Amino acid sequence: MIRLLLLTALLVLSCELHAAQTVVVGSKKFTESYVLAEIAKRKLTQSGFDVVHKQGMGGTIILWQAIKGGDIDFYPEYTGTIVEEILKSRAKLTSADMRRELRRFKIGMTEELGFNNTYALVMRREQAKKLGIESISDLRKHPDLQVGLTHEFLNRQDGWGPLSRRYNLHMANVRGVEHTIGYSALANGSLDVKDAYSTDAKIAEYNLIVLKDDLGFFPQYKAVFLYRLSAPEKAIQTVESLSGTISEEKMIQLNAEAERTKNYARAAGLYFAGDHTGNVADLQPSVASQIGHWTLQHLRLVGISLILAVIAGIPLGIAASRPGPLSQTILGVTGVVQTIPSLALLAVLVPLMGIKPQTAILALFLYSLLPIVRNTASGLQDIPTPLRESASALGLEPLACLRKVLLPMASRSILAGIKTSAVINVGTATLAALIGAGGLGTPIISGLDLADAGLIMQGALPAAALALIVQWAFDFCDRYLIPKGLRLQRAI
Amino acid sequence: MAAIIELRGASKTFDDTPALHPTDLTFERSRTTALIGPSGCGKSTLLRLIVGLLSPSAGDVLFEGERLSDDNLLQIRRRMGYVIQDGGLFPHLSARQNVMLMPNHLHLDSAEMKQRLGELCELTHLPEDALERYPVELSGGQRQRVSLMRALMLKPDVLLLDEPLAALDPLVRTSLQTQLKEIFQRLRQTVIMVTHDMAEAAYLADTIVLLDSGRIVQSGSFQDLRERPAAPFVSEFISAQRALVQI
Ligand SMILES: Nc1ncnc2c1ncn2[C@@H]1O[C@H](COP(=O)(O)OP(=O)(O)OP(=O)(O)O)[C@@H](O)[C@H]1O
Ligand SMILES: [Mg+2]
Repeated sequence: MIRLLLLTALLVLSCELHAAQTVVVGSKKFTESYVLAEIAKRKLTQSGFDVVHKQGMGGTIILWQAIKGGDIDFYPEYTGTIVEEILKSRAKLTSADMRRELRRFKIGMTEELGFNNTYALVMRREQAKKLGIESISDLRKHPDLQVGLTHEFLNRQDGWGPLSRRYNLHMANVRGVEHTIGYSALANGSLDVKDAYSTDAKIAEYNLIVLKDDLGFFPQYKAVFLYRLSAPEKAIQTVESLSGTISEEKMIQLNAEAERTKNYARAAGLYFAGDHTGNVADLQPSVASQIGHWTLQHLRLVGISLILAVIAGIPLGIAASRPGPLSQTILGVTGVVQTIPSLALLAVLVPLMGIKPQTAILALFLYSLLPIVRNTASGLQDIPTPLRESASALGLEPLACLRKVLLPMASRSILAGIKTSAVINVGTATLAALIGAGGLGTPIISGLDLADAGLIMQGALPAAALALIVQWAFDFCDRYLIPKGLRLQRAI
Repeated sequence: MAAIIELRGASKTFDDTPALHPTDLTFERSRTTALIGPSGCGKSTLLRLIVGLLSPSAGDVLFEGERLSDDNLLQIRRRMGYVIQDGGLFPHLSARQNVMLMPNHLHLDSAEMKQRLGELCELTHLPEDALERYPVELSGGQRQRVSLMRALMLKPDVLLLDEPLAALDPLVRTSLQTQLKEIFQRLRQTVIMVTHDMAEAAYLADTIVLLDSGRIVQSGSFQDLRERPAAPFVSEFISAQRALVQI
């Protein structure tokens, strides 16, 4: 039984290692980043590379750590972010300055892809036309327009206050409005001006125009790709060839397609196909096969971590079943691990291990330990003294005594522990998607980002079903794994 | 006749409370010795010292002149059969698996063991079909028979019984007493048994060791105890047990 578990674990792990000689593209946790990474993936695949896209790994810091550490080779970034968050520079840097600084980390930067994703002010296209407004300066002539701004933009250092001073605007009606609601308000006419990102898909959707930043107030967030200087030369050239090919309009269109279809590969296909969306439809995997894929990834995460937890947890539980300081240490440490919030545990592990499925598996493994260790220990401790003494008196070697007598008698409790771990694990594994390890958390997290309940359900429902199935499967297995004599005992 | 088991000043103390005071005691081969005395007097403690489930706080326990130690404990235990009140059968194993646990573990000749199993069934009067049942499916008497078979399977040099019949109803108990006597005689078995029933001790044992509060009060045949009591406690203990019969 244990040998079988080990074998399975090795098999799965060896599949894990197989993907070593591929190019890895990472992306941040929002639509545009996903789409750009998908475009790079397509392009690299066409150049003959085996490409993995680690979707939605997190924010700037995580991606920067990942590319520095070699977990990923490419990811899309913005010049403003590079200057402020990565290089932490207060000065204005030229592209050459940035390249020189990045080189110290063995990271390169492509030429600009062609669009600027920065803050912008937007209006309904026909209203702007009617009032003759093209740039932010033009707003000066219409101080009574209804302005609705996100709370963040209202309060930012580079937000509304400095902007209105710079442009000398005296707008009479300025309100804080939540982003998504603001768009609906803009569409139905209760707002006239709103803040946005310049490549927001909603701009196309609601037929808005971006007011020209004629005084150059907003910082430049030009999209580029960062890459490891050690990445294959041909791969770097391939990604470099994307520069100058994506305009703001194009990016808005791609973002809109991505949000409409929830399919980033399909949106990326639009980049290659011009305006014909039809001929990329066949590339789009069906929802069912997507869910199947996520479920398999999920099962792999849960399976490997659970098998490892069983392999480690039962011996630890045996050690913990004997009175003494070792027992208290084991139960104490596994207990403390259990109380660390899962996000915090991931945050601790990522800098140590990087962004890869193994990190998620380690976290899940640690979470799975406690129920198995505790139930093994208590199962053994609950064996009545007369039975324990009868076992010792037989003259079995200690290991044989454990294997043939004590562990089987504790099997009900041990299996209950494994079942608890498995069910918790199925739920916790959805967080693996936060660090790009895949699984059913992938659609949940994308769905949360896009406020798309349907997408969330594509992950949440199978995850809930999986938890039930796991529970049921264990109940079923009890029949085969718990010795008949013990089951009869329960029945009487 | 050489002693098979010997206690030399062996004592046991639990957290400052003595369960057994320093005791010298020898057990002869092919004889049945009964340890008897009021509840808590240290009978089971003495038996546990012999099986090595407890190690003495002071003094020594010897098996064939050899001190029990971590090195020889497993080998010595395999030459002992230990039976406790409720049988101590492992609930996850059928009666047969319980009995065959050690023979299988030691890879003993299976044809020979099968034959031995048959003999023991006959000896203990256990119907063969009961072997396929699990402990929960057996009666108390059957459980003790199976437990006895398990203890006898490896032809032990000494059989150690801790109140083996205490939980059985009087009828089953009486018939098992008869059968035990027969078994002990047929096998010329060395037996040390704990009981708190003087009649049982008198019927089964050659030597009776009477304990009180962790000390041996008297050791000898039932005749000796009855006719030449070493202390008033001996007569009190015997008459207390007789009281029931006189009603
Ligand atoms: N593991 C232990 N820890 C502490 N005290 C113990 C332990 N085992 C036995 N004792 C104590 O030692 C004394 C002797 O116990 P023992 O089990 O030998 O008595 P006994 O003669 O077998 O009694 P009974 O007829 O009730 O079985 C008792 O006072 C008991 O409470
Ligand atoms: Mg006792």
